Amino acid sequence: MKDLPSSQMRVNGQTVNVSAVAGRRLSDVLRDELGLKGTKVGCDAGDCGACTVLLNGAPVCSCLTPVAQAIDAEIATVEGLSGDALGNLQRAFLRHGAAQCGICTPGMLIAATALLEQTLTPSRHEVETALGGVLCRCTGYHKIVEAILDVGGETTAVNPSAGKAVGTRVERLDGLSKLDGSEVFGADYVPVDTLLVRAIRSPHFAAKFTIGNVASWLAMLPGQVRVFTAADIPGDNRFSVITAFIDQPALADGHVRMMGEAVALIAGNPSLIEAIDLADFPITWQPETELLDTNAALDGDATQLHTDRVGNILIAGKVKTGAPEKAIQTAVHTAKMSMETGYVEHAYIEPEAGVAWMEGDVLVIQACTQAPVMDRDDTARVLGLSQDKLRIIPSAAGGGFGSKLDLSVQPLIGLVALKTGRPARMVYTRRESMATTTKRHPAKMTAQIGADAEGRVTGMVFDGDFNTGAYSSWGPTVAVRVPVHASGPYKTPNYDASARAVHTNGPVSGAFRGFGVPQAAILQETLYDDLANMAGIDRLKFRQINALENGDFTVCGQQLFGVGIRECLDGLQVAWNTALLDAQDFNAENTTLKRGVGIASCWYGCGNTSLPNPSTIRVGFTAKGHLRLHQGATDIGQGANTVIAQICADALGLPVSDFELIGPDTFLTPDCGKTSASRQTYVTGTAALLAGAELRRKILSLGNMGPDAIITLKDGVLHISDGQALRDIVLADMTPDDRGYALSAQESYDPPTEPLDENGQGRPYAVYGYGAQIAEVEVDTALGTVKTRRVTAAQDLGRTINPLLAEGQIEGGIAQGLGLALMEEFVPGRTENLHDYLIPTVGDMPQVDSILIEIADSEGPFGAKGLGEHVLIPTAPAILNAIHHATGARITQLPALPHRVLAAIKKGATND
Amino acid sequence: MNAYHRPESLKDALALIADNPLTLAAGCTDLFPATEFQELPGAVLDLTGIAGLRGITTGTDGWRIGATTTWSDVIAADLPAAFDMLKQAAAEVGSVQIQNAGTIAGNLCNASPAADGVPPLLALDAEVELSSINGQRRVPLDAFLTGVRRTALQSGEIVSAILVPGKAGHGRSGFAKLGARKYLVISIAMVAVRLIEEHGNVSEIALSVGACGAVATRLTDLESRLTGQSVAGLAEKIDKKYLAETLTPISDLRGDAAYRITAATELLRRTVTDLADQCGGLSA
Ligand SMILES: Cc1cc2nc3c(=O)[nH]c(=O)nc-3n(C[C@H](O)[C@H](O)[C@H](O)COP(=O)(O)OP(=O)(O)OC[C@H]3O[C@@H](n4cnc5c(N)ncnc54)[C@H](O)[C@@H]3O)c2cc1C
Ligand code: FES
Ligand code: FES
Repeated sequence: MKDLPSSQMRVNGQTVNVSAVAGRRLSDVLRDELGLKGTKVGCDAGDCGACTVLLNGAPVCSCLTPVAQAIDAEIATVEGLSGDALGNLQRAFLRHGAAQCGICTPGMLIAATALLEQTLTPSRHEVETALGGVLCRCTGYHKIVEAILDVGGETTAVNPSAGKAVGTRVERLDGLSKLDGSEVFGADYVPVDTLLVRAIRSPHFAAKFTIGNVASWLAMLPGQVRVFTAADIPGDNRFSVITAFIDQPALADGHVRMMGEAVALIAGNPSLIEAIDLADFPITWQPETELLDTNAALDGDATQLHTDRVGNILIAGKVKTGAPEKAIQTAVHTAKMSMETGYVEHAYIEPEAGVAWMEGDVLVIQACTQAPVMDRDDTARVLGLSQDKLRIIPSAAGGGFGSKLDLSVQPLIGLVALKTGRPARMVYTRRESMATTTKRHPAKMTAQIGADAEGRVTGMVFDGDFNTGAYSSWGPTVAVRVPVHASGPYKTPNYDASARAVHTNGPVSGAFRGFGVPQAAILQETLYDDLANMAGIDRLKFRQINALENGDFTVCGQQLFGVGIRECLDGLQVAWNTALLDAQDFNAENTTLKRGVGIASCWYGCGNTSLPNPSTIRVGFTAKGHLRLHQGATDIGQGANTVIAQICADALGLPVSDFELIGPDTFLTPDCGKTSASRQTYVTGTAALLAGAELRRKILSLGNMGPDAIITLKDGVLHISDGQALRDIVLADMTPDDRGYALSAQESYDPPTEPLDENGQGRPYAVYGYGAQIAEVEVDTALGTVKTRRVTAAQDLGRTINPLLAEGQIEGGIAQGLGLALMEEFVPGRTENLHDYLIPTVGDMPQVDSILIEIADSEGPFGAKGLGEHVLIPTAPAILNAIHHATGARITQLPALPHRVLAAIKKGATND
Repeated sequence: MNAYHRPESLKDALALIADNPLTLAAGCTDLFPATEFQELPGAVLDLTGIAGLRGITTGTDGWRIGATTTWSDVIAADLPAAFDMLKQAAAEVGSVQIQNAGTIAGNLCNASPAADGVPPLLALDAEVELSSINGQRRVPLDAFLTGVRRTALQSGEIVSAILVPGKAGHGRSGFAKLGARKYLVISIAMVAVRLIEEHGNVSEIALSVGACGAVATRLTDLESRLTGQSVAGLAEKIDKKYLAETLTPISDLRGDAAYRITAATELLRRTVTDLADQCGGLSA
């Protein structure tokens, strides 16, 4: 290495030579020069710990280590942890479901390895301290801590026999690569000769711009760089997840509506491109007055962001039934409140990344995503391609939570690959990721609820403005979902709820676990507490009185069956009683620290609201006897790869271990829609059930056997037996079908829904999931700090396909709900990094007790319902209700940061 | 391409920096987050190759903490109870990863108002040793830190050590930090206290507060007022009004100014109470 006497280091026991310059980040040298892509980069700032390696045995952030400091040192990375087989720690991670998306896993494994070098029997506290520097956005940390504590435990995996997969704790089928560092995320695949692409972005919230003399700027650069602008876009330069609202340019054309909007691309050889200071790009900005607040945007005189959207209202949603005003007027108890929530960032640990290349005349894009087919359709429109000339191969996604439904790098790298014929790649910086991708909608909501003397809710009105930012994204979905769900899972005979998605020059608000429902639930559940207190009814009891039951009608007039909210609430009774007593005892002894208990519920419709969202699953046997499941549902960590296979396996009657997974890949897998709206287990799961059953029917009819016959697959032969007869099907002897399989089936499923009328009456979803949670907190009343001690979650899954993965969803959802309640607040232009934008660390997690309730739904596969978004909804209101119970403080602006809590405590004291 | 120097002796380092404008680098936990490039910008003088700059030694006149001593080194060092607050601060710097790389001089030179190392070092009457080819000078820590991201370091100089005088090594000490989450968090407010008790009374007390102004501050007036008082009930004598008059916190996303004063007052009271309890102050 230049400048230094030596250029050697020892990596995983091997001596290697390094040619990078001495001041380069070790993470980059490991990944780029040495090809050890198991070390992940989530922030380049020490904030996420994904890049943790051991330097002479001590864990350090390799992104903060100049490679000079690693010269002549011993470096250990995730690739060194396993030989031919996974090590015990990795096995424990798999067994405990400790890796969801897997992007944090290498950092977690390395941090844990350093601890286990010191002690093989660490305490929970020691584990937490060791992991404190590695963020995980998926798991809520519990499974990771448990895996480390159980490093010496059982090593064999659960392998359910045929027909027994559903309901068992099957390890992730795609888990291995997440543990040995071989998983390929968006930034991990780099074909030879790839161009690096970077975007020039707006430093203003609103501005006109003119691009200056690019030619003379290029002439000053020490190599060949190409620049692309809106003028280079061959197709329709507008995209959005909902085609009716396409409005967002891939590259802005003379006018930007948000900070961070891309206006031009530069592409060239990586070493040249990465060194360019983008601030030097010739461009003149004419800043305009920005609208950042919905009140300002709704003002009659406000500038309109989009000409066709009058008053800056993208869309308004409404659900109305009965005579709510009258019901509230005549109610014995009424409670009214306004509530404000801020932008919340998804903060997955993997910033957006991907690579595009040409295969003949087909453009291939491999990037992290939640929605490959939508990516294809949207990107093809922008690039002027027909859909069969664009292939989307989702890379592993290092978390998504809704934001990776929208396009990010795809049209940009696609454009460069298309125009240059060379592979083109882009990796967002942490700042770029946080500044330019979608957020949870900030909400300003007011609601009033009335109840009778017995505590029965008689009516509710709700009105909310949801800041949808500069472009449409999922704003329409939020505006529609909120009024449908704002009643909570409770009988509300008279109801009027409106929600507007309002354009501002803020970041685009899109999908984030719950589509606005979590915000609405915070207000509704807070009011429920007030009403219960007014009526002198226990707060859990109040909810039990009002819970929807089988045969009841929702605020949309939909009659429901398979309703599990009552069972969830009942399931919490024991924990509730214990928690209340514990708080009472503690508070009798303590003056500064006060404990409180809160409860909240959720319900959530699975799948698109009154719109088709079919999934199609293909499954088949090859002539050589491989059983292939074409699984087009992107697994962003939530476990679709495993759950869909489990369902298909039991429908077919073969063990999960017989399956090979194909895809997702728009050229190989039929459309399974997007991974959102908690639809994959239910919708794609049903398609998998149908496909598995159809394949089984074909086999049985070929063998002329009854429905209960047992099928086994061995060495290319299907053996069928019904206890008496035995038949064999030699797959190699079969004439391949038109899908190229010896035997295959393909089935689709689309949830039966009906449109909503102008009052929001109809049948928006075919299946709903339910849940309720208790939060126990301890508030420091002198400092305003809140420690969440325990969350007990009762979630109705209909049928638990995989308890291990379900618990992981619950724990992870609770972590995000806790962040929403207590610490997360994205301020555009100011918190675009993971040290100003705080998400929970391992030390912030409460104990989580999950209670899985199974009230079967007749539509779902094996009775299953969705879970992914549901779990997040009750957490924040339960915590806020617990803070109120502990201190009398009502938080009306989120998050409940210490200074806000302290102010609310003081206010509460003067009110009382 | 930028020059990168990693000398093995302080002498070489001083010679290099005498002639060239170089960015001094140690753990790089402040330097790297400040850039999005994959390479440290500018010409770099990396001090971590100089073995003599790392570690804590005791001499007749006190303790010498080498500039590149990491937070993990501080935690592992054998030091008297007066340094407990420094160890507690060290254990709260970022995460284990940051503690393994970040250095004590880097923390001071970065001069963040929220630098966790400053309050305990102020309460230890620390001085900063600055070396250049022309020799050495010593500056009291409060004079070294001149503002937000500003220090008295002159060009050609390197911080070679932090010196703690022998007389400051007495008493018990404690540190408390308030942040919005458990790990990896920047302080909303933090305090350090060192207390020497004699016959149930305060014979000497050092109080400092960080993140409540451009630089962390010793509360010298309050210290004099508390000296000679009984350690029992000491906490009540820490009044918020005095802190409000003395400190100049800002309001930002993490907390407003008034809240910071309230929090600092409460943290001081709690830390003092803890130390008094350890002295047997309540029973005295
Ligand atoms: C994720 C993360 C969390 C953090 N958490 C905390 C925290 O909780 N509390 C806290 O206080 N800090 C925190 N920090 C900041 C940082 O880790 C500390 O300030 C650390 O002590 C800096 O030391 P360093 O050796 O890494 O400094 P470097 O980055 O190497 O240098 C910092 C500055 O000091 C100068 N410098 C370094 N050494 C010398 C010297 N000997 N002489 C003259 N100038 C010198 C450098 O030129 C540079 O300007 C955090 C940082 C990160 C990335
Ligand atoms: S990438 Fe190094 S800490 Fe995030
Ligand atoms: S599994 Fe930890 S970030 Fe996804």
